[in-house]
Order: sequence, then structure tokens, then C-alpha cells
Amino acid sequence: MSIVEIKIPSPGESITEVEIGSWLKADGDYVKLDETICEIETDKATLPLIAESSGVLKIILQEGETAGIGDVACSIDIDAIQPEKTSAETPSASSETAEVKEKSVSTADSYAAGHPSPAARKMIAEQGIANVSGGGPGGRITKADVQEQGRQVPDGVAAAESVLQMEPAEASGSRNKKRERLSRLRRKLAERLVAVKNETAMLTTFNEVDMQAILDLRSQSKDVFLEKYKVKLGFMGLFTKACTEALKEFPAVNAQLDGEEIVFHDYVDMGIAVSAPKGLMVPVVRNAESLTLAQIETEIARLAKRARDNKISIEEMEGGTFSITNGGVFGSMLSTPILNPPQSAILGMHNIVERPMAVNGKVEIRPVMYLALSYDHRIVDGQQSVSFLVRVKENLENPTRMLF
Amino acid sequence: MTKFDTTIIGSGPGGYVAAIRCAQLGMKTALIERYSTLGGTCLNVGCIPSKALLDSSEHFENASKHFEAHGIKAEKIKLDWPRMRQRKDDVVTQTCTGIEYLMKKNKITVISGHASFKDKETISVSAADGKQQTVNTERVIIATGSKPSSIPGVVCDKKRIITSTEALSLENVPEKLIVIGGGVIGLELGSVYARLGAEVQVVEFLDRLIPGMDFSLAKEVQRILKKQGMKFFLSHSVQRVSSKGKKVKVSAVNNKGVDVEFNGDYCLVAVGRKPYTQNLGLENIGVTPDKQGRIPVNENLETAVPGIYAIGDVVAGAMLAHKAEEEGTFVAEKMAGQKPHINYKAIPGVLYTWPEAAGVGFTEDELKAEKYNYKAGSFPFKALGRARASMDTDGFVKVLADRETDEILGIHMVGARAADLIAEAVVALEYRASAEDIARMSHAHPTYAEAIKEAMLDATEKRSIHM
Repeated sequence: MSIVEIKIPSPGESITEVEIGSWLKADGDYVKLDETICEIETDKATLPLIAESSGVLKIILQEGETAGIGDVACSIDIDAIQPEKTSAETPSASSETAEVKEKSVSTADSYAAGHPSPAARKMIAEQGIANVSGGGPGGRITKADVQEQGRQVPDGVAAAESVLQMEPAEASGSRNKKRERLSRLRRKLAERLVAVKNETAMLTTFNEVDMQAILDLRSQSKDVFLEKYKVKLGFMGLFTKACTEALKEFPAVNAQLDGEEIVFHDYVDMGIAVSAPKGLMVPVVRNAESLTLAQIETEIARLAKRARDNKISIEEMEGGTFSITNGGVFGSMLSTPILNPPQSAILGMHNIVERPMAVNGKVEIRPVMYLALSYDHRIVDGQQSVSFLVRVKENLENPTRMLF
Repeated sequence: MTKFDTTIIGSGPGGYVAAIRCAQLGMKTALIERYSTLGGTCLNVGCIPSKALLDSSEHFENASKHFEAHGIKAEKIKLDWPRMRQRKDDVVTQTCTGIEYLMKKNKITVISGHASFKDKETISVSAADGKQQTVNTERVIIATGSKPSSIPGVVCDKKRIITSTEALSLENVPEKLIVIGGGVIGLELGSVYARLGAEVQVVEFLDRLIPGMDFSLAKEVQRILKKQGMKFFLSHSVQRVSSKGKKVKVSAVNNKGVDVEFNGDYCLVAVGRKPYTQNLGLENIGVTPDKQGRIPVNENLETAVPGIYAIGDVVAGAMLAHKAEEEGTFVAEKMAGQKPHINYKAIPGVLYTWPEAAGVGFTEDELKAEKYNYKAGSFPFKALGRARASMDTDGFVKVLADRETDEILGIHMVGARAADLIAEAVVALEYRASAEDIARMSHAHPTYAEAIKEAMLDATEKRSIHM
């Protein structure tokens, strides 16, 4: 019998730990070479685990388990014969996988998976929680697993009082609660968002843009652009261009703090926030300052698709020097974006709404977008940030400016 | 008149632990004890005083027999029995005072006297001085424990034919002590007097010692204690015990039907204990003990009468202080609406001879009876550096594990400090560890605990390092 062990691949240098997101194949399934069999979650992205051979899958690390790089996630019995599609039985596979289990008992999908520790058992009984996933060795349920999954456990005295003295409150209608374990991505996101608020001197400056020129430019050139470059001329490309031009004039906005030093970049690696199934992701367009509009659009389209397909790699999201986020696609009028550390600034785009504007002493209806620039006041002065945003506004209102 | 949330009858390790846990959970708690000191059998006439004498007599035995091998010449070693007894009494006093302190600290009302149910919420307490008192209570935990029992034809006169209680406070060290019963109590107290110079003969009805523990431990303990000078007569059924003056005579029949007579100056009857519910007024609340005198309880340790619970020796199960403690905590938390559990299979049994014996989980005989597909691994202490350094090389650790999954099913050991080593085994069982799991955990070197790791390695793939 030949068994191929599939190990957790390294998603990037900074990652030492991952979490098994979800198995796309069940234990005992026949999997094919290069098929995606599992989703692995890291702090930054979801990665696919690819079958390195065809054969019968033996899952070793369970969903929700934390694993190190190089840990064996599963094994594939490559001698097993692909079952007939109609037949569910794989007798040869099942007897052989049992053997595997015996050989690697301490790391394998353990007989003790789901076994609660004494304290966990009591909490589970008290809180009536079912299906606690075991995060301990071999899938054992630890006290922390229950705490994470369950509601706050009353301490002894409180529990006693609630039983001895309190009548249950009457309620009408359904009051069910549904609990889901936070994904590693979401947990990390939460941590980082709070850290940014606590660790930077973040504030936001606003401006408004008359979008008429951009809209005109798009309607005039979109067909030609699409035909020539096989990619749509979107707002993102134009905004990226407007920013890279402005960043050249205000390098502090494109800089970042590193201990007691400021690191200036002579390039712009532009982070573009993309809403992906697992949460917000920010892939990076490299050297955006030297790319043409068409190159920028092509790259954004490629990255966004990979993010939505959960195929984005850690490398593709690392090292941005400035970011743009577009809340306008969801209809946001105005918001204060949060910095993407260690970057010092982020531009927030919003929806385009026709608003009355005073133009040359007359009220005119114009398509207007509010812009927000959040920045780290520790290294970006108000004068720079405000001037930068004004320059972005000017670039957008007079796109020809960007030509020279 | 104040009404208590919970009243506990009996202040042994089950009762006082239950009282503390109830108090911790916010209940107004009363504890009734008929004796003048708290702590029950365990603290007064059981675990604690017997360990005090075991430790003292162990020192004596070491000084008189083993010091020389260590290069210590000690001449004219003499036993000061009254002093040894006094130290034991001091230990008991200290420990009981400690319980009093704990009751005060937890604001538990201690009531002195014999408790008897009038109805399920009213208990009358008669103090030693004849004073009567009535206690009103919402709920009751019966934790009245047990008393030494005897067998037909044997009446303890408590002078020459004695129970464990008297054996802890004998006027003189016996010359020839006959112990009826090869269980934990008989072997421990037999050990004490054997070390102090008595000729000890153990007469046991069964064909083995320490029933309930793994058979391999029984054999090893018998071998070691025999080496220490104790004599064993297994498969002997005691018919009669008589005493005349300073002499006792034990008549027994062995398994071949031959009459055997034992003569000595004391006879310790250690054939077990029976639940103690005398004059408790159980009939007034409609609770009837079973044939063995135990109070029937459901899985919540609640009697047929709602609100009346029973724990420890007075209910079914092993008569162990630590079992009673777990049940005390369990009932207190149940009352408070919590949902605790007790894993009875993970309650260890311990024998405090030297070396000690301890076991937890399934015994090999139990697994054989169930035709369980198990495997065994073992490791002798004599292969351990630490054991050789201290000259405590007797004994072994044996682990039983599931042949398929490697899950540990039972751990049994005879050896120095086995009573403390068994704690690791309990953790392993509670967490359903595999033999390889424990084998892969670092055990400090050099320690006796390494024998556990080595036995686990042996069970895993017969790959112990030091054998």
C-alpha cells in the first residue's frame, strides 16, 4: 500500500500557523490529482490544499484545527481503486485506511476527537451546546473551545442564584441564536482593526469631486478602451492614476513609520480593497506609478478575480504603500476608512450622486463623489494630507492634468 | 427560626467538601457531626492517622534495616511507641482543626450532635450532653459514612479482637498480630506493626490480596510484603475468633477443607466496612436502605425523596475518601443547577504500604472478561536510575491500552510513590490519552515517573528505552 502524505504548504514567510478552514472532500472520498480538497485559512488569506495524487482521502487534521507549516493535513492512498460512481463501497480503501490510523495514532484523526475535558464536559452540559468542535490534541474539546463557542459561563455563585432565585423571563416568538466560529481571517482582521485604532493617530479629511469630466471621459473612451485592451475602463484605474500622480508630490502620504525612522518609497504599490467571500482583502498592484491605465485595470481585474475565488496568495497582498477602498459600490455616501498598517494613508471612494453645485455663480446639477482620506497624523501633517486630497480631486476633475 | 438551604449530615471528606462547595455556591449551609471533632473516619480514625503511623514505622524500618546499606551506622535504635502514637494524634488534631477553620471561613453553621430525620425538612439533633435541637432545611445531603464490619462468628470486643479504629491506638505493639482480611486496611495496618516488630499473619478468604485492584498488583504486593516478613494465608475462611486474657485464637478452614488455627495476642478484623445509617430516622422520610445497608440513589445521587441526597460510603461504589469528595462537589453543584459529571472509572485506588500500589481504569481481568482487544506494556522500577539511587527497586508500572486506537484503558503500578504517580494516570484517562501520547511527553529525569513513560513506550510499540 502506498500512502502519500499531504502537508500544509508554506503560504508565505510571515506565516507559521494556519487553520483548517473546510474540507471540500470527505474522509474516504476518492480524490483526483490537482483537485482542491481543502481550504486552509491563514491570517491573511484562504489557500487551497491540492491533492498531490489521485486516491482515497484520509483526513488527519479536522476543520477548525490549528496546524503548523509542514504538518500532515491528510494522506492519500494511491493504491486504492477509483470506485464505480454508483457504488458507495470501497472495501479495500476502508481496511487500509484503518491501518494508517493505527500507525500514526498520535496525530491521526483520533478516537478521542470530540472528547471533552472534564471542565469542558460540564460546560457543554450546562449550556446545552451541541457540536462543539474540538481544538485540542486529536480533536479533543478543551475548556477554551467551549468558552469560544458557548455563551459566557456564569460563575458558580451566579449560577446558583439564577437557579435558586430567578424565574425565567417570559418571551414570545422565536428567540433562537445561531453561533458560528469566527474564521481565522476574521479573527485576525478584528485584531488588526482594533490595533490600528489604538496604535496610530488616525484622522480623516474630506473633499468632494465633480465627477463630470471622468464620466465624460469614460463614456467617450470605454468602447475603444475595451476593444484595444480587452478590459473595461473603470473608476479604479483612474482613481489609482490620480493617486499615484498626487503621491509623487506628497511622498509622506506614501511613506510608513518603522520604529524611529520613516521609510519613503519611490514607487507606489497600490492596495485595492476587494470584498471577497471570506471578508475584505486588499491585493496590491505593484509599481502602479509606472503602469498605464490599461495595465492597471488589467492587474486589478486579475487580482479581484483571484480574491473572489479564494485563490489570492499572501505575496499578492503584502507590501502595499497606499490603499484605495470603494464603499461607493455598496452605496456609501461618506465614511472614514481605517488604515491598512503599516501604510500611512487610505483613500475612501463613495457613491456618485447628482447634487446641486454652485458653478460660476449658478446652481448646477453635477455628479458628485465625496472623498475621504484617513491618514496617520504621526507622520503625515494636515497640510500634506489635505493638499494631497485636493490634488487628487483636481486630477479627477481635470483628467488631462494626469497626462503631464 | 432560620431555615438552611442545605444541611449536611456527617463531616467526613464527603460531607465537609459538600458543605464548602454549597457555601461557595451561595447556599446557607449547616453541617451536623455527632463526634466532637470534624473530619469523619478519614481524618480521625482512617486515612490520616494510618498514614501518620505508616510513615513513622517506615522511618523506623529504614533506620533499623536499610540505613546500613546507605552507609549510615545507627546503633541501639529503639522504638518509642507512645511518642509515635502521640505524633499521630497531633497530626489528627491539626488536620481536624483545619477543617473547623474552613467551616468558619466559609460561614458554615456547624451543629454538634446526632442527627435524625423528623420529616424531609426537619432534622432533630441530640447533642452529647442531651440537649435537643431542631434544624429546618430545604435540602439534605446524607454523608454519614461507614463503620468497620465483621463476619459471622467474629465479634469485635475492641480489646483483643479489634477494628481498624482500635488498631490505630494500641497500648503496646503486638507480638503476634492476626489480620483477618487482605484488603487495603488490613495490609496497611499489618505493615505498620510488622515494621515495628510484630509477627503479622494475614488470613484472607479469597485467593488473592487487595480485591478490586489489578491481579498483577496483588501478586507483586504479596511478594514484597512477604519479603518484609508478613505471612499470608489465602483461601482461608475464618470460622471463629475467641479471646482469653491476652491471647486470641482464630479458627479457619482452608480451601482443602482443613482446619487451621492461628494464635496471637491481637486480632485485627479488616473485612470491609458497612454503611452507617443507624438512628438516622430514614423511616420517617420513606428512605429504605438496600440489603447491604446502602442508601439507594439515582444518577444525581438523589434518594427516592426529592431534595434528599446521599454521598460517599453510605451509597454504592468504592469506599474512598476521594470518591466521597467528588460526590460532595457533584451534589452541591447539581443543587445549584449546574451539570457536573463524575467519571467513576477514573477514580484511583491506592494501597499505602511501602512500596505503594495504585491503579485506575480497567483491570486486566475486567478487559479479559469483556474480551476486549487490548495490549499491555510494563516497566520494572529496577531498570530505573532513580529507583536504584534510592534502593526502591521493587515494583513495576503496567499500562493497558486499546490495541486498535492505543487509547489507555488502565494503569496499575506497585512502586515507590505510586500513590502520587497515579495522578498522571488519572489525567491521561480523563483526557483519553493514548499510550503514545504519554510516551511522547517529557518526564523529568531521574524520577519514578519515568517508569510510566517507559511502560507507555512498551505498550506503544514495545520500544521502551531502558529495557
